Amino acid sequence: MLTAEHLNKYFYEPEKFQVLKDISLRVEKGEFVALTGKSGSGKSTLLYLLSTLDTDYEGSIRIHDALVTQMSQNALAHFRNEYIGFVFQFHFLLPEFTALENVMLPALKLGKYNRKDIEQRALGKLGLMGMDGYAHKQAAKLSGGQQQRIAIARALVNDPLLIMADEPTGNLDSANTQIVFDIFRDLARKGNTIIAVTHDTDFAANADRIVELVDGKIV
Amino acid sequence: MSLAVNLSIAKTHLLSRKKQTLVAMLGVTFGIAMFTLMISFMQGVNQFLEDTMLSSTPDIHIYNDVKTDYSASVAAQYFKGEKVKVALHHPKPKEIQINIRNKDAIISDLKKNPAVLAVSPLLSTQVFYNYGPVQLNGFINGVNIIEEARLYDLGGKMTSGRPEDLLTMDNGMLMGAGLAEKLNMRTDDMVSLATPTGNTMQFRLVGIFQIGISAIDNVKSYVNLSAVQQLLGKDRNYITDINIKLRNNKEAIALAPGFEQKYRYKVESWETANGSVTASNLIRDVLTYVVSITLLVVAGFGIYNIMNMTIANKMKDIAILKAQGFARKDITQIFLSQSMVIGILGALTGIALGFLLSYALSRTPFPANNNFVSLKYFPVVFRPKHYLFGMAFGIGTTIVAGLMPAVKASNIDPVAILRG
Repeated sequence: MLTAEHLNKYFYEPEKFQVLKDISLRVEKGEFVALTGKSGSGKSTLLYLLSTLDTDYEGSIRIHDALVTQMSQNALAHFRNEYIGFVFQFHFLLPEFTALENVMLPALKLGKYNRKDIEQRALGKLGLMGMDGYAHKQAAKLSGGQQQRIAIARALVNDPLLIMADEPTGNLDSANTQIVFDIFRDLARKGNTIIAVTHDTDFAANADRIVELVDGKIV
Repeated sequence: MSLAVNLSIAKTHLLSRKKQTLVAMLGVTFGIAMFTLMISFMQGVNQFLEDTMLSSTPDIHIYNDVKTDYSASVAAQYFKGEKVKVALHHPKPKEIQINIRNKDAIISDLKKNPAVLAVSPLLSTQVFYNYGPVQLNGFINGVNIIEEARLYDLGGKMTSGRPEDLLTMDNGMLMGAGLAEKLNMRTDDMVSLATPTGNTMQFRLVGIFQIGISAIDNVKSYVNLSAVQQLLGKDRNYITDINIKLRNNKEAIALAPGFEQKYRYKVESWETANGSVTASNLIRDVLTYVVSITLLVVAGFGIYNIMNMTIANKMKDIAILKAQGFARKDITQIFLSQSMVIGILGALTGIALGFLLSYALSRTPFPANNNFVSLKYFPVVFRPKHYLFGMAFGIGTTIVAGLMPAVKASNIDPVAILRG
């Protein structure tokens, strides 16, 4: 599913610093991989490289038989739209739009289905999150936990090959953390490929595999 | 599909901050409205001045220019070859004739020219108008009234009588309205004229005209050409000027040099004769554009400002959109289309408001206390091209103002924002 080879990444500010040191990684289809490590270990940096958002690195990344390392920015944008779903620490919903519209946007952008089908699919994903009752609420007016669940529904709307999550529970209270927790466990059980950065050991314990980074190296 | 999605995001953004959108739009509206009003009014003034000028200036004027070079002297001829310096002090010209000698040939040649609509020979002289104890300074034009009427559309400018009435009477006279009022004269009254050389003659008023320029209406009268020739003691071929009306007065400046070379008299086009009017037209045009562009630039800065603020507030949204697969082009579209909507709405309401203001101005009475020109309302022209130009101008400004923030938004690096 995903193969990364010999990844090196440098930061240049405030001075040159090697964040990732010759990292190679394989993720199989249906695998739930947790990236863990201390703050500054490079785990988030690695995730942004694997998710194609950060293109300034050495080495190569293949996702689903495509060498994403060589793709143009426009091609990458389309690739992410179709194959990758994102969940971040912060929900990043568009505040002026309703929950449903937020979930629909990536699908509308992809344009694979017509508007009506997209709406049905989006409602379905919201239902999975137990959020279908809030579909027509404005995103800004929901609570933090609800917003994060909508963000997960949004990540799933195009049925991505890969779900990338960066500390998905980092900003939530314990009750909501438990809910998001369960959602991810459920997603993993259904055969989704998930790569999640977390420093929460309980969350990581659910994963098929834990990849720990120390000072930019996999240990 | 992608465009529709981008536009729907743009629409939501615009509607979620209606007040800002409205303020930005009003900036453009005001700019375009002022542009439309100013250009309609200034062009109206230009048009009015040109019309007034052409109602008293021929398209082309042929006359015998008085030469003021008196430096040649017979003394210089006499002392030719000798070491003598000849200096002349206060040379006095001998009596010079300022008439056009071969007028019949010139007139018949002009009438054959397809560009020429009417040709009117003229003999003009200064006179004193005597009516009872009143004595006024002015001048009379001896003309062939039929030709002259075609030149200046006199028929439409008569307040009483008709131009043709002049033909029914040898000593008939058409008088300017201002002059008639000063002399307290009505048609059929007699007026006595005296020339600077002392000749006097009686005329009977057969009509009164009003050109609309007091400088003319207060001093000018028309009589038959032969009457002036008689008054001046000249023969029937004596004329001093030939006035020409062209089918298209824009050709005047091009035709004049050819006529001058052909007929060997001074030939002047209306544009040369009224250089100051042409210059002031240009000044008004420049003024209009300077003020309008200033207003629009200010409106443009308003849009630039608001879009920059919007983008600063929307950094997170832009980052997540990019993460989800919106390309740079999409982000540019989302934000540029917002500026364009502001621009198009602003320009449309601007030309509408501009039209209303122009219409109101064109219905505003011109202050009545005007002795110089006869103008009932402020002069305003309504030309579609001004409105189209204003529209294009407004939309263009907003595109330029919106492009920079939109490109800036598309260049945002999502990683820096999403990592928090």
